[in-house]
Amino acid sequence: MTSISVLKQREKQIYQKGNQPFEMECETKSLAGAVSQRACVFCGSRVVLYPIADALHLIHGPIGCASYTWDIRGAQSSGPELHRMSFSTDLSETDIIYGGEKKLKKALLELIDKYSPKAAFIYCTCIVGIIGDDVDAICRQVEEETGIPVIAVHSEGFKGTKKDGYKAACDALFSLIERNKSPRVTLPDSINIMGEFNIGGETWIIKKYYEAMGVKVVSVITGDGRVDEVMQAGNAALNVVQCSGSVSHLAKQMEEEYGIPFIRVSYFGIEDTSDALYQVAVFFDKNPEILKKTQDLIKEKVQAIIPRLETMKKDLEGKKAAIYVGGAFKAFSLIKALKTLGMEVVLAGSQTGTQEDYKVLRQMCNEGTVILDDSNPLELAKYSVEKDADLFIGGVKERPIAYKMGIGFCDHNHERKIPLVGFEGMVNFAKEVHGTVTSPVWDLVPRRQNLTGKEGAI
Amino acid sequence: MLLRHTPKEIKERKVLSVNPAKTCQPIGAMYAGLGIHGCLPHSHGSQGCCAYHRSALTRHYREPVMAATSSFTEGASVFGGQANLLQALLTIFTTYKPDVVAVHTTCLSETIGDDVNQIVKKAYKDGTIPEGKYVVHTSTPSYVGSHVTGFSNMVKSMAVQLAEKTGKSNGKVNIVPGFVEPSDMVEMKRIAGMLGVETILFPDTSGILNGPMTGKFNMYPKGGVSIEELKSTGDSIGSIGLGAWASADAVRALDTQFKVPCQVQDLPIGLLATDRFVDALRTAAGVSVPDTITQERGQLLDVISDMQPHLYGKKVAIAGDPDQVIALTEFLVTMGMKPVHIVTGTPGKAFTKRIKEVTARFGDEINVKGPSDLFHLHQLIKNEPVDLLICNTYGKYIARDEDIPFVRHGFPILDRVGHSYFPTVGYKGGLHFLEKILSALMDRTDRDAPEESFELVE
Repeated sequence: MTSISVLKQREKQIYQKGNQPFEMECETKSLAGAVSQRACVFCGSRVVLYPIADALHLIHGPIGCASYTWDIRGAQSSGPELHRMSFSTDLSETDIIYGGEKKLKKALLELIDKYSPKAAFIYCTCIVGIIGDDVDAICRQVEEETGIPVIAVHSEGFKGTKKDGYKAACDALFSLIERNKSPRVTLPDSINIMGEFNIGGETWIIKKYYEAMGVKVVSVITGDGRVDEVMQAGNAALNVVQCSGSVSHLAKQMEEEYGIPFIRVSYFGIEDTSDALYQVAVFFDKNPEILKKTQDLIKEKVQAIIPRLETMKKDLEGKKAAIYVGGAFKAFSLIKALKTLGMEVVLAGSQTGTQEDYKVLRQMCNEGTVILDDSNPLELAKYSVEKDADLFIGGVKERPIAYKMGIGFCDHNHERKIPLVGFEGMVNFAKEVHGTVTSPVWDLVPRRQNLTGKEGAI
Repeated sequence: MLLRHTPKEIKERKVLSVNPAKTCQPIGAMYAGLGIHGCLPHSHGSQGCCAYHRSALTRHYREPVMAATSSFTEGASVFGGQANLLQALLTIFTTYKPDVVAVHTTCLSETIGDDVNQIVKKAYKDGTIPEGKYVVHTSTPSYVGSHVTGFSNMVKSMAVQLAEKTGKSNGKVNIVPGFVEPSDMVEMKRIAGMLGVETILFPDTSGILNGPMTGKFNMYPKGGVSIEELKSTGDSIGSIGLGAWASADAVRALDTQFKVPCQVQDLPIGLLATDRFVDALRTAAGVSVPDTITQERGQLLDVISDMQPHLYGKKVAIAGDPDQVIALTEFLVTMGMKPVHIVTGTPGKAFTKRIKEVTARFGDEINVKGPSDLFHLHQLIKNEPVDLLICNTYGKYIARDEDIPFVRHGFPILDRVGHSYFPTVGYKGGLHFLEKILSALMDRTDRDAPEESFELVE
């Protein structure tokens, strides 16, 4: 495995702490031919808007884009579940030649008539950008005819990376918020929870904290989302933004246009969750009740989980973890959370980190930690084995690679089934990490037998 | 009720696909490419396509799935993707060092009109493709056909682009297995082996997508058809294409260009179709059927007879790829079951005709539709309930809503294991599949039985 070579052009996107001056190349387009783990613009837009459960999500393009994104992300809804259906214009050869506008309009009218959604999002795929359908015009016509917001999402796959897709989704969301013509009234002690998608019911955990603190949640963008709620988002006093990239563009726009300030937070791990809640409490310091309630809440929650974490920490102390996630912001939280469990991070990487992000990562990590931007399976495998990781944290494409090498795995992407946010989530995370790292299965792995020289059970 | 959005009343839809029973061509081509030893599939298009296909295949097989992408940008979409593909081939051959690259296109590269054939020729000429290495390529526009079409196109391309005719017979029979599981490919080879027929089976994903855990990540696992074998297909004594949709084009092309006589058959699922497969091998190679095969056939027939009271008259709904659905339908009919609703997402007029043939004994009582989607299937079931649903994982919504016993079959299966290790083809595979059907039906009988009639012996 040590013989795996690294792509020459990628040398500046890999950094091994301590052995060279820090100059990370990132935010570049992927090298053609690399087995990149990255996705496309459409993917970015789809994941951000998807959780809005009472909206129609119509994918304008050939069938694949709809098939691959049909209910793969467990964004839970407490009510309507229209978002879990897969609607596609299923463009065929004749549509490519003559254009898909008529088909799109007909499909939209039919769907809106049948399902009475509160709004409709139309995702443009690669091909739509090439054949030149005027999706905006169709949306305007249908909006006029049906009276519901009908919004084009300009998510043509080739127009950039997943990050550009986040931006396209933010534009669509802002356009939805702008459709609320009632005068804006800033509600006291109110926030929008942004960049939280209710995977495994995470939004509900966060919401409860704010309720306990006496903070009003105007809307969640977009976890367990509803069109009407999102349209009220302009009335919040503060935007609390989670996740490194996904909705920061919207937060900035709302700051510029409405003067709503925003803070960036993470709800992952004890430290970051507490910090997030404190930041909000401090923002509303005119109401000292909130800070008091926040302190009580955090104290109670932390006390409740510490003993359980300590028990698991005994087994995890000194174990080594590799992290490869979408946004770097998540990596920061993970490093802190793993430290809470006594673990050491030996590899940290992201698909879309910025220069700033990587500087922070570097400061957080120990000597010798490998830092990677837009990595590929070969590099991930090479460094995980070289650094003898006991745990890999990543998404669907990394899972079988980790398992093949006999390394425990924790899904921190959208395929996780249990909530990992907040204090309760920290316990879930610890349980998951503990379960996979201490599994007896890994003792049977040939590589580990070779390392220890012991004969396996088989 | 997840699918509360599905009304009972069926209305003709022309412009919409809801809850598709298919996906797009490139993923089929990628799967086929993985069946060549030492091959890196390459997606000529946006990054997202490749990421989606790899994720979908990874979820289905729970194995690392490697593929590269041309990483199209806005520039490439305007000026053409030649530079991207040449750069990609250079990157791939210098870093990932495959023996062969299997290039497929996407809707994007097809629509902007990239001439991949020309680009590959140039790459051979200027040495971008090193001596002794190969590139096979096929055209897979997403807006035509389905994933099955993409598979078929890539299989045909790997045959005609690599096959040679030396004039000296190799004494072997080519088998194109169709879009089936690696376990099915193993079973086909085992049956041929019992008959003493030497075969070249392509593509062959066994060993690649159902590989053992070795403690190592290997980009090119053991398994797959070799280049030498593919070259030799032009010297074979005959070809058997299993499944008209997935395999006919490849064997017919070898017939036309290299005069290798071909037969196209249904997939060997069930007693009769396996009989025909065995017979085809027997006649192609001029061998006789050994007792071991007769024994296996007798065992399948024995279990069918033993259990026929549980099967007779049971109504079944089936959705999946045409080759699979046709063979399964025949199998069910021969066992006394009644497949009442039959749907495929893949276009092809012959589907309805062939289904009518195998369900002739039921006349017009059978609802068959292709191309259609799972929304339509669900509506059919609402109008005429069934005792059993056979479908890929997406059928689970329908099974849950309508409370129907459910057997997973086809692509993709995202929530169970076994498909890549236990075959459905052949007599043994038939037995395995029958066991799954019986367990589903009988578990339901036990679950629903009132206490007084809940019995120990069935």
